[in-house]
Parts: sequence; C-alpha cells; structure tokens
Amino acid sequence: MDKLRLRFEKTGRAVYISHLDLMQTMQRAFARADYALKYSEGFNPHPQISILLPLSVGAASRCELMDFKLKTDVDLKSLPQRLSAVLPEGIVVTDCYESQRKVAQLKYLCIQGVFEYDTREPAPMAAALEAFFAQPEIVINKKTKRGFGESDIKPAIRELAFAPGDAAVTLEAVISAQEPTLNPELLAEALRQKAPELAPDFARFTRIETYDANMEIYR
Amino acid sequence: MDKRLERILPRVQKPARYTGGEYNQIIKDKAAVDIRLAFCFPDTYEIGMSNLGMSILYHTMNSLDFVWCERVFAPWGDMFEEMNRAGLPLYALESGDSLDQFDALAFSVGYEMAYTTVLDMLHMAGLPLRSEDRPGLLPLVFAGGSAAVNAEPMADFMDLFVIGEGEEMDNELLCLLHRAKQEGWTKKAFLTQAAQIPGVYVPSLYEIQYQPDGTLARITPKDGAPEKVTKRIVQDFDNAPFPTSPIVPSTEVVHDRVNLELFRGCVRGCRFCQAGHIYRPIRSKKPETLIRQGIECLKNTGHQDVTLLSLSTSDYRYLNQLCDGMLEYCESRSIGLSLPSLRADNFSMELMQKLQKVRKSGLTFAVEGGSQRLRDAINKNVTEEDLLHTCAIAFAGGWNNVKLYYMLGLPTETDEDIVGIAEMANQVLHCWRQNAANKNRGVKITISTSCFIPKPHSPFQWEAQISKEEYLRRVELLRSSITARNVTYNWHDAETSVIEAALSRGDRKLSAVIEEVWKNGGRLEAWSDYFNYQRWLDAFETCGLDLDFYASRERGEDELLPWDMIDVGVRKAHLLHERQQCYASALSPDCRKQCSACGAARLLKGGKCDG
Repeated sequence: MDKLRLRFEKTGRAVYISHLDLMQTMQRAFARADYALKYSEGFNPHPQISILLPLSVGAASRCELMDFKLKTDVDLKSLPQRLSAVLPEGIVVTDCYESQRKVAQLKYLCIQGVFEYDTREPAPMAAALEAFFAQPEIVINKKTKRGFGESDIKPAIRELAFAPGDAAVTLEAVISAQEPTLNPELLAEALRQKAPELAPDFARFTRIETYDANMEIYR
Repeated sequence: MDKRLERILPRVQKPARYTGGEYNQIIKDKAAVDIRLAFCFPDTYEIGMSNLGMSILYHTMNSLDFVWCERVFAPWGDMFEEMNRAGLPLYALESGDSLDQFDALAFSVGYEMAYTTVLDMLHMAGLPLRSEDRPGLLPLVFAGGSAAVNAEPMADFMDLFVIGEGEEMDNELLCLLHRAKQEGWTKKAFLTQAAQIPGVYVPSLYEIQYQPDGTLARITPKDGAPEKVTKRIVQDFDNAPFPTSPIVPSTEVVHDRVNLELFRGCVRGCRFCQAGHIYRPIRSKKPETLIRQGIECLKNTGHQDVTLLSLSTSDYRYLNQLCDGMLEYCESRSIGLSLPSLRADNFSMELMQKLQKVRKSGLTFAVEGGSQRLRDAINKNVTEEDLLHTCAIAFAGGWNNVKLYYMLGLPTETDEDIVGIAEMANQVLHCWRQNAANKNRGVKITISTSCFIPKPHSPFQWEAQISKEEYLRRVELLRSSITARNVTYNWHDAETSVIEAALSRGDRKLSAVIEEVWKNGGRLEAWSDYFNYQRWLDAFETCGLDLDFYASRERGEDELLPWDMIDVGVRKAHLLHERQQCYASALSPDCRKQCSACGAARLLKGGKCDG
C-alpha cells in the first residue's frame, strides 16, 4: 500500500522527542506492531516515511500527519489502535487512511498557546497582546539559513485571539503552515524583541488542526 | 511534569534524555510499593541506556512486587547548570519524583573515572556524601559493577557494595531492606545483617590499618563480617533472567540495538585483562536460548540491529549455529547482525561473509603488543601470521579498512617492540597490495594506542604504570617510525590513564582525593570535555597523598593489597604464577586446551566451567 497517511497526537513527555528521533521511533513502532514498511531501493535502503510538517521540540500537537508505504495490504481500521499500543507515552494514532491530497495543499494550522506570567497580572494582558498583534507589520530578527535576518511575521498570522485564564493568557490562532512557515514560538519571540513588557515568562504551544487554503479541514 | 523542569527543557541539548516516558519503561503505583529504588548510572543517558547490565538489573529488581526500580542518569553540563540555577534536585525518569522520595540509591559503577559523578549525583539528590553522615537506615546507598572489585576508593561514601553479578544478590538485599524498613531496624543492625548475604561487602565493618610506608598492615573484619567477600555469580546462566522487553530509547543512544550476551568469562587469560579474570568462571547460553531471546527482543523493541556480546565472541562454541539462526530471522527484515570483538587467530571468513549479507563494517583487531615476544609475555595468543592471514582473506573479500589496537607501557616492553608496531602496519599494507580485490579503492590502516593500566585481580596487579612522560616518549617513537601514507596513528592521552591507574588500585585514603576533586567541580570526568588533570594533582597535594605511590609504584608480591578482602574466584597464587610466566615470556594455554585451575570454577556449585 503506497499512499497511506497517519494522523497522530504528540503530547506530554513525547513533545521532547525531536523530529529525527520521532522518525526512528515510528519506524520501530511499525516493526513492533508487525507492519512491514516499504524500503527505498538503492545503496542505503531506508523506510519510506515522511512527516508532513516537522514539529519543534517542546511543541505539542493533536494533528500530526505522516505519510508512509507498506509492503503488504493491511486493515487500516485496526491500524491506529495496534500502532498506538506499541508507541511511547504521549504518542497516540487517531486515524489512518489512503491519502487523497497533496502535501502542498496543506496551508494553515490552528494552534493554541499558553502564555505564563509569573509576577504580572495576566488578566489585563489579553487586550494588550491583541493590540500588539493588530499592528500592520511585525518585523523581527530571526535566525535563517544564512544567519540572522529581518522578517515580517504578520502576513503569516491569519486569525488571532487572546483570552485571560488562571495565571496565564491563552491564545488561539490560525497561522500559515507553509509558504511562509511560521513557528509559533516566534509569537513569543516577537514580544521579547518588540514589547518585553508583554513577553510571557514561559509559553507553550499545541497544534490543533490542519487546514487548506480555503480553511477547509485538511486530511 | 515539574514546572521548573518544563521551563528548562527547551533550553538544553537533547531534552528527550531527561524526560523518561520511553516504550517499555516500567511504571508502578507508588502507593502500592514499599521500596522505591533509584538505579543511578553515573554517566549520561546515552551511555547508561547502552549498558546491558543496567537493563538486566532494572528488570530483575522490578520483578519484586514490593519494589519500584527507576532510572537516574547524570545530566550533561548544560542541564546540570540549569538544574542548579532552578534549584531542581535530581529526579528519576519514570515518575519524575525527586530522589528524596526514595528508599535506596543503587549505583552501577563500571569505570573509575565515574567516581566523582557518583558524588555529584548524591549531592544533587540532596544527600550527604559520606555513609557516616547518613545515620538513618533510609535511604540506603550502595554500589556494584566491575569497579567494585576494588571498592576501597569509594568505601567512605557507600553503605555497602554488591560484588559480582547482581541478578540474584540484589534482590536478596532488597528483601532484607524491605524487612528492615517494616521492622524499623537501625542502619547498623541492617548493615551487620546484610554483610551475611554472600557477595555483600560493608566497608564500615572492616578496619584498615596501615604501615608507616603507607601500605596496608591489616584488614580486620568486625561484627561477624566475613574475612573474604566472595563474588556472586549466576549459577545457571542459560536460565538467568534476561529482559526480552528492554526499554527502547526515544532518542539516539550509543549502542542503539538489541544486545545478546553469549557467555560470561573468557577462555583466554590475557595477563593485562581484568575482565578476563573477574568474570570467570565461563558460563554460556545455549544457541537456541539466544535465538529465542534475540527474536523476542527484536519483536518487542523494533530495533534494526543485534549485537552478539561477550569478551571474545569468536570463542563461542556455537557461533555459526547462532548466526545462522539469527540471520534466518534478520535478513528478510533488513535487520543487521554484528560482532563487536574478533580475534585474528580464529576469524572465519565464512562467518564474516554471512554478516556482510546485511551490512558491512571495518575490521578491528586488538593486537596489543608489537612483537611476538611481547605478545607471549602478555599471553595474547595472536601471531603475526594469523593476523596477516586474516587480513589477506579480508582484503581479497573486499574489506579495505583495518584498525589495529595496541597498548604502550606493558610490562617488559622495549623500544624494539614499539617499532615493531609500525613494521606490522607495513606488513598489513603489503598484504593489502598483494591481495586487494580492488586497489583503486585504496586502504585505510589505523593504529591506536592507549597507556597500559595495571588493574586489580589481574596478573599485572603488582606492576608499575609507566610515567606520563615515558608514555609520550613511546608515542613519539612510534609516530616517527610510521612512514606509510595509508597508516594513521591515534593515541589516547596519558593523563586520564594515570588517574585511572591510581583510582583502580587505590585504598580508602583516596576517598578524600575524590571528594576534593568533586568539590572543585569534578564531574563527568570520563569525558575529555570535563576531565582536568591539574585538579587531580592539586587534590592529591591538598590531601597529602602521593599520586606516584598509587599509579607508578610496583607492589611487592607479599604486600597486603587494598582489595585483598574481595575474592573474585581466581586465586592470587594463579595471578602470581601468570605474572612469573610473563617475565619468562611463556604462554599459558587457553582454558579450552588445558584448564589452568585458576580457582574460579569453585564458585560453581555442581556446574562445570565452560572453559
């Protein structure tokens, strides 16, 4: 079976597993569940698996997608449960299907964030944060492949709302997943650079859902 | 997860090694267990998770239903600093609980250079370093592992040591601790009783007296402790507990694979080798046991590699049968099978070709000495002819990468022997020219040397180590003797070897030196990133002790040695005889040809040594 797609969650302690280690972890889990991954041909054969949008170390997700190929036909309905049973704590497979859509059609991500403030009152922050992100452009210094460069993150933010919570402010946003890609961590970084008084003491992010260019759910 | 930890993790390298949560980790209900044990490995996660002993004992100790054994590793420097800054104490990976919630800390110590890390972990756990400063029964702090065959340098810090193989002994100890905890025993009462468990060494029950010259005068056991603590072994190795569902790390570790242990002990008796003596008698597993365990492990872990471990894998009687059985399972699944140690004298091309079917790596030979005379003196029964014969087959078979390992500073070594190493490399190069399947691909011959370290319980336990300056002179002599372009020479630094030599044959007075080095920032000193020679020199001076007395002094054959209360099976008379054979450049036959009656077989009750 050649065009298979896996949807899975990566939360809890598993958020610290890096992208490369996750590929290895997945490969081993397939072996434990006795699914034979199809290998590439050539001098150094490797299993043909690819994760659609690599996730930063430390970020959680409820909507990871991974494409893979199997040597034989298997029952896709029982696969999520069988694979989840042999995955490390925090990785749970929620769906498996033959993929119809190209990776390039994945355009937006819905994310949630939690901004923690240790000494400042979080409640009044929400409005100030929304005002900050309402600016027409937010140019920050950002690490690129060629060192540091200036970049406007505003075009990558489609929707954004903050709400006060207990000892923290919660964020819900829709951001661009590809072309351009926005790492949610840059939302906190923008505050550190441009509005330190609003910058959280700690921020964590979770990917919630994947969308296409028309804001239809992407699978 | 602890909030402090959550904030630190994004800032440190490879955070997955500090979180636990891996597949096959053992989680228990902490309210339902009576003994919480922190199994501490005084090195990084990547090293500790590659350690087969750790994996075996994690499972045997967790097989007790009143015990929950969890793993603890030493954090790398960046994490260490972050933890200190955040005031985060050392914690166990499974539960994330800090070590103050544990009833016992067990350290696995296989290497002397880890001693300062042991102290550092005790400190990070919030415990006083010295046993006498921890008056209560709990937490019990003990250690085992191959370095414990001379426990003395760490004697002041540990409540007790377990000597030898822990599969059975550790559980007996934990049963006693369980009873002591329930009945509210004092630490003293517990230690006195624990000393009656065969293999348990309680240093506080042994009084050490010294001669004016600093050597030992007397070792006096107290309170019924045995005069000699005899190493424990697993009697029925084929049926010994072996975890077929080991933890699968979620991040890369050093040896990321299934490990199968073919046998314990070694038939060879190389005179410099501590492992070859302290792991005797020789006990093997049946090939069908190993194949069954190997396949189960592969199924339960999903690993893509299997390694056949032992001190000398080509000496396993059923190696071909085992390889065939494993390959039958591995080949169709693209699983690699490898052997870590090969001998040049009984290397089988047929075997190598079998292994090559899946993956091909370089060839490594531990030659140890540069001349036949020296190799005879150390009882390394490898001839130049064997080596060249093996290389000829390998080169013809397409291999073009050979590594040759040697030691400098072995007893009786002369400059001629050292120049002989370079000549041997030239012979190997010549052999390649004569036999290479494809000369266009070139050849790479690598020579590596390390500095010989005399180890306790080996025939060379009385020998002096050569000085650092002399080692460097010999390195330079060898370097200038190597002329061929295709021969690369790597040498290990001598400074670590000098300290290792002092620690491995040290006495109790060295506890103060180790503590002083730790106080001055010493930790993770098995890593060159953190080792600091000057810090050790300063600590010896501060403590009024002489490094040379420990490292480069020849011991008298009638001298009472600091580890003489430990009996590893092999008799001292045998070690002495072997030492004399060395000075006569005389070989001793390996155990398969003729039993040398070394004494280890008496540890077997009814069984037979597989030598």
